[in-house]
Amino acid sequence: MTPDLRTRYLGLELRSPLVASASPLTGELDGLRRLQDAGAAAAVLPSLFEEQLTHDQVELDRLLETTSEHVGEAQSYFPELEDYNTGPFAYLQRIEQAKRAVAIPVIASLNGVTPGGWVRHAERMQDAGADALELNLYSVATDPRVGATELEARYLELVAAVRAAVTVPLAVKLSPFFTALANIAVRIVEAGADGLVLFNRFYQPDLDLDSLDVVPRLVLSTSEELRLPLRWIAILRGQVRASLAATTGVHTGLDAAKVLLAGADVAMMTSALLRHGPGHVRTVERELTAILAEREYDSVAQLRGSMSRSSMPDPAGFERANYMRTLMSWSSHAQVSPGQAATADPTG
Amino acid sequence: MAPGNHDSEGAMTTAGGWVCVDGNEAAALVAHRLSEVVAIYPITPASAMGELADAWSAAGRPNLWGQVPEVVELQSEAGAAGVLHGAVLKGALATTFTASQGLLLMIPNMFKIAGELTPTVIHVAARTVATHALSIFGDHSDVMAARPTGWAMLASSSVQEAHDMAAVAHAATLASRVPFLHFFDGFRTSHEVAKIQPLADDDLRALVGDHDLRAHRDRGLSPDRPQLRGSAQNPDVFFQAREAVNPFYAAVPEVVEAKLDELAARTGRRYRLVDYEGAPDAERVLLLMGSGAGAATEAVAAMTAAGEKVGLVTVRLYRPFPAEALAAALPETARRVAVLDRTKEPGAAGEPLYQDVVTTLAERAAAGGAPMPLVVGGRYGLASKEFTPAMAKAVLDALAAERPRNHFTVGIADDVSHTSLPVDASFSTEDADGLRAVFFGLGSDGTVGANKTSVKIVGEGTDLFTQGYFEYDSKKSGSVTVSHLRMAARPIRSTYLIGRGQANFVACHQFHFLDRMDVLGRAAPGATFLLNSPWPADQVWDRLPVEVQREVIDKRLDLWVVDAARVARDAGMGHRINTVMQPCFFALSGVLPREQAVAAIKRWVEKAFARRGEEVVARNFAAIDGALGALRRVEVPNEATATRHRRPTVSEEAPDFVKRVTARMLEGNGDLLPVSALPVDGAFPTGTAKWEKRSLAAEIPIWDPAICIDCGKCAIVCPHSTIRMKVFGPEALDGAPDGFESKDFRSRDLPGMKLTIQVAPDDCTGCGVCVEVCPAHSKQEVKHKAINMTPVDEFLERERARWDFFLEIPELDRDRMAPDNVKGSQVRTPLFEFSGACAGCGETQYLKLISQLFGDRLLVANATGCSSIYGGNLPTTPWTVNAEGRGPAWANSLFEDNAEFGLGIRLAADRLRARARQLLERLAPQVGEELARGILGADQHGEAEVAAQRQRVAELRERLAGVDGDGSDAHDARELEGLADELVRRSVWIVGGDGWAYDIGSGGVDAVLASGQDVNLLVLDTEVYSNTGGQSSKATPRGAVAKFAARGKPTSKKDLGMLAMAYGNVYVAHVAVGASDMQTVKALLEAEAWPGPSLVIAYSTCIAHGFDMEGSMAHMRDAVRSGHWPLYRYHPDAERPFQLDSKPPTQPLREFAATEARFAILARTAPREFERLMGLAEQDARERWRYYEQLAGLSRTAPHLPPDPLSAFGPSEEASP
Repeated sequence: MTPDLRTRYLGLELRSPLVASASPLTGELDGLRRLQDAGAAAAVLPSLFEEQLTHDQVELDRLLETTSEHVGEAQSYFPELEDYNTGPFAYLQRIEQAKRAVAIPVIASLNGVTPGGWVRHAERMQDAGADALELNLYSVATDPRVGATELEARYLELVAAVRAAVTVPLAVKLSPFFTALANIAVRIVEAGADGLVLFNRFYQPDLDLDSLDVVPRLVLSTSEELRLPLRWIAILRGQVRASLAATTGVHTGLDAAKVLLAGADVAMMTSALLRHGPGHVRTVERELTAILAEREYDSVAQLRGSMSRSSMPDPAGFERANYMRTLMSWSSHAQVSPGQAATADPTG
Repeated sequence: MAPGNHDSEGAMTTAGGWVCVDGNEAAALVAHRLSEVVAIYPITPASAMGELADAWSAAGRPNLWGQVPEVVELQSEAGAAGVLHGAVLKGALATTFTASQGLLLMIPNMFKIAGELTPTVIHVAARTVATHALSIFGDHSDVMAARPTGWAMLASSSVQEAHDMAAVAHAATLASRVPFLHFFDGFRTSHEVAKIQPLADDDLRALVGDHDLRAHRDRGLSPDRPQLRGSAQNPDVFFQAREAVNPFYAAVPEVVEAKLDELAARTGRRYRLVDYEGAPDAERVLLLMGSGAGAATEAVAAMTAAGEKVGLVTVRLYRPFPAEALAAALPETARRVAVLDRTKEPGAAGEPLYQDVVTTLAERAAAGGAPMPLVVGGRYGLASKEFTPAMAKAVLDALAAERPRNHFTVGIADDVSHTSLPVDASFSTEDADGLRAVFFGLGSDGTVGANKTSVKIVGEGTDLFTQGYFEYDSKKSGSVTVSHLRMAARPIRSTYLIGRGQANFVACHQFHFLDRMDVLGRAAPGATFLLNSPWPADQVWDRLPVEVQREVIDKRLDLWVVDAARVARDAGMGHRINTVMQPCFFALSGVLPREQAVAAIKRWVEKAFARRGEEVVARNFAAIDGALGALRRVEVPNEATATRHRRPTVSEEAPDFVKRVTARMLEGNGDLLPVSALPVDGAFPTGTAKWEKRSLAAEIPIWDPAICIDCGKCAIVCPHSTIRMKVFGPEALDGAPDGFESKDFRSRDLPGMKLTIQVAPDDCTGCGVCVEVCPAHSKQEVKHKAINMTPVDEFLERERARWDFFLEIPELDRDRMAPDNVKGSQVRTPLFEFSGACAGCGETQYLKLISQLFGDRLLVANATGCSSIYGGNLPTTPWTVNAEGRGPAWANSLFEDNAEFGLGIRLAADRLRARARQLLERLAPQVGEELARGILGADQHGEAEVAAQRQRVAELRERLAGVDGDGSDAHDARELEGLADELVRRSVWIVGGDGWAYDIGSGGVDAVLASGQDVNLLVLDTEVYSNTGGQSSKATPRGAVAKFAARGKPTSKKDLGMLAMAYGNVYVAHVAVGASDMQTVKALLEAEAWPGPSLVIAYSTCIAHGFDMEGSMAHMRDAVRSGHWPLYRYHPDAERPFQLDSKPPTQPLREFAATEARFAILARTAPREFERLMGLAEQDARERWRYYEQLAGLSRTAPHLPPDPLSAFGPSEEASP
């Protein structure tokens, strides 16, 4: 018997737990269609970055202003256009187009800066037809004067404000860098989130020795990275009353099965789809089905959370065991750490 | 607040209401609605009409018949006139807009169009025709040059008239079949923002007869009813046929009058062919046409009120000259008439309008009509010279003299021919109750834009009448603007600036202006003075120069300050203080209640900026709200206490001419210079920019020798020649000021030498290009480079002393370092310095380089455009001289003829040299055979050879002095003395932008390249018409947004280099200094050395590309990396002549495009179109690269004369051994 892959995420009924996370693929109608055709159960659109919007508007305005009326012969240097489309309207239009192009749920993603911006854009996304929203709470806390308490309070306020403004389901995408992740997760859900997406994977800058510049680098994830969300989904399952989505490191049916076992409602994919194309969803679904069938699971529902921390006989496995083993492996093998040559032997 | 410029969305829908527009928009609003084909080409001050028509059509705005007019840009005005001719002959409604030289280029077609009785209208923002100098400003010399074409001419004297007469012209041309030239004064009317009542579509429908339209269409070319137009005729019939048109001309006045009646019936605005105002029994009458009528009306009204019997005749229909209407308008009592012409016709019996009036009145008298009054003529207002009521009164006063002066001038002091009338400057007709406000701002701070908005807010939101007029100086960086605003309960006809002591509100938007110029001269006693001050109200007084303190006290000014920079910064508005100053103006002027004003400004912001984004609106709101809270009154003490004086305009060390003449212009007092102060033929000294210390930069680059790697990149990229590099022996440091920096120069060839990099602190614009390109970083802290932008205040005095000393260090002997690399070129003193080009300009580096490499033997023919403006717009010029007094000789002829002009210079230099050689041959026995042979046989390809030739020529001069007496030898010797310098090689460079080389001058460029002559063409390719404000040219790349290409240019860039290469014997190079400075230097040297024609196409970044100009060089680099601008050199003598100098593209074209607004705007506004065009642009780039790669492998031989310029002469050369 074919296992039943259906799942619920943010109250949405999905045909499978395989969801396309935000990427250039979900930013194009053709990509969305191909993802749907390959069986993706839902798609998260690329984020609307409020900071980018603001920056674009301010820069355009500065450009037009500083080059206008500066000499007698030229009152300006650009044609005056009816509309510069600097606002979120292109994004909102994309939501509308996406809704028309595909039948699967479309989740809009928002990365705000100001409290007003979060709320305003969230409302607009809902009005444009998004089935759900994913709030991308991503900021690098560089200011040493801003402490964790203050930062967390700000996040909670934002979630509450957006919650009050919209009625569609709300997911919050978190970073793993919280001292008390379980605590903030619970509080974010209390503030109004219907689901948590674990985790936001930052683009990490690199250095160019020739140009002496900081250069952005996009490195696709690998299955190796699955273990961080895996652990936290296992820990949070049963402790928060919200949907859980695993993202980062889901590349294969096995990866998907693992996060479902740990308690995820959906497994989200980005890197694997960028690497192999939208059709990869079909492969993963086939693998997942095979794994479930082989092990005689009837459905995803049966599988989901069966190995969460609260479902395990020894929950400490998620808490300490890895730690111990890692220490042991460190002392017995010359592990490669960042910046260290593979051949170096720390023990001399 | 620039979007307000041409914002009259409501113009057509609010008929009966009022709108505030400038003269250009007023005319265009009619022309666009009454046309089907609009042929355009940019020229100041008419460009805006074409831009508006284009923008409206791009936005789908229909004409009166529901069709969107087709707007097409041509390669020149001649091209536009051709399109116009074709369109109207086919039976469409067509129009164009132009001015000055542009109108002159249309003249051949104008004769044809009129000869064929084809209705059309040209709208002209009348502008001076270039004579001894170019001027962008207004007078009637252009329309007067078009008099014989057979076009009817209709003159407007105000913004409202520019709108109304435009409609009358379109209607009358259809009714009469005679084409109409509708003109109004450039700048004074074209750029004045005024409150007008727009014509509704129904008004236009009523004016333009359906029957006339159908008749026009029926006459159009059609194969269904074929006709032959433009036949060639023989002596038998041409004359008669020419006379056949007479009845049509005879009918024109009546037709126009009927249209004016219709207009009056619909709008209540009554105009006549010739209007009269003043005393019904006037004895003295002034007669003129154009904007001067405004000022003259005020004078006549004031004089009539004072009981004088004076009047004013304003001519509206100028051709066909309305003799009957003139006679009817002139009161019978008029005994004396003064006719004012806004043009000069040297050598004529009188200026045109004067002659027409004299003829008309004489004919009337001869026919037994009223007796001939005494008629005198005079000139006024050339190139927008002020014409005030005081001047109009002066003319009327002069008429009262027993024998009134004829052929006079008014408005200048003519101490040479003594033509000028005395003017009583104290005579004023300003409205006692009105607001007159003057604002001093920077071009980039938004002052003008904000003031245009204020005019509209008040004009469109209240019953008050408003007027805005704006003065700009000639600089492109740090330009000063002066805005003149009037607001009054009565209609404003004051077509002149707010004069000295007349402004009841003065605002100074930049604190440092107080040190540079007389800001308060225009302030009336008791006026309000609003100052943007970084100092708080209780500290500002002590910061004012004593001259300002005295004026504030003496005139009892009400002084207010606001730290607009801080408010703007806090609101996230950067340096844009306009949104802060504007509410303060409203709050202090009281023209509107404060709350109402703030609400109105916000409404305007919302309307103007919503399209740019909500954040922009929000920030403007924040600035408006912050402004009023920061406004403070200053307690003015009773005595001036400051010891600081306003800085002298120029240094005491400046040459006499600079102190006497240039300095007056720099002060803004050029109007006061008498005729005798000015050169008779337009020849001005060079080397004057260095005396104009503009001190623009807030931050200047400071050198850190410990990090410097001697590369010279900072110097080669500096757009303003303010970063200099010198290599010298250590002994040159004797007497250096304390801490003068130098380092050991790293060179095996020049051991023991020192190097200094020095900034000219008062000339730097602070653009930061040098710091951006500096490749040397501190090992400890990457952001610290060998040169770093640093707040100027900290280092100004120190750097001034260092700069002065640096200038004293002698230039390295030119033969000690080869010029064919960056360092070698940069140790040579630039003879192009401190131009007023935009900060970060990407053109000027190339001009500086040719001045460094060939400056002492350089002749420059410069096409009109940016480079002619920053190169040759008075008061000063950046072209300068070396220590020996030699330097580039520079001349500008026209926009369209520059290549031919340069060729003329080349041919002349060659002929003069040939004559000198002929004389030297003859005098060889007298001056010494060896010396003569040395000179005649000299190889002058290199620097050292040229220097050696100069020495030989100096020796020749000495020996020639010894050849005296009365014989023919002595005669020849005297002639040769005058020509001896021509024996030194001359380097002729023909310089201009892409508008010249690709478009308007294309034919000439082609002819000159084909000539085989030794000229060098340098095309500063900004890929757009930069000087006139970013209109598309044939150099504009596909997908770029430009004016006339608002939806992205659909076609690809013309490959000019490839066209030139087709000749085979033309040296061609494609360079980009920011991508490869080395290749640029090599190309310029090779081009100059090539004895035939050379074409160097130089990628030039421009503010019209839309990015922060600090990154100018990085954009050039990326243009090359992305394949947008491949680098190559084509050397006709090489076996494989085509050499690709850049690597295959490594950066996606769209990545480059994403960094420039000209492309990026389209990606937002029309994503699908962007995708389509960018896709094609990528193909363009790929295909070009593929093609070039193949070319690079090809061998080719181009047969040409031997590459030796010294033997390539005429018969006299052949005669030499």
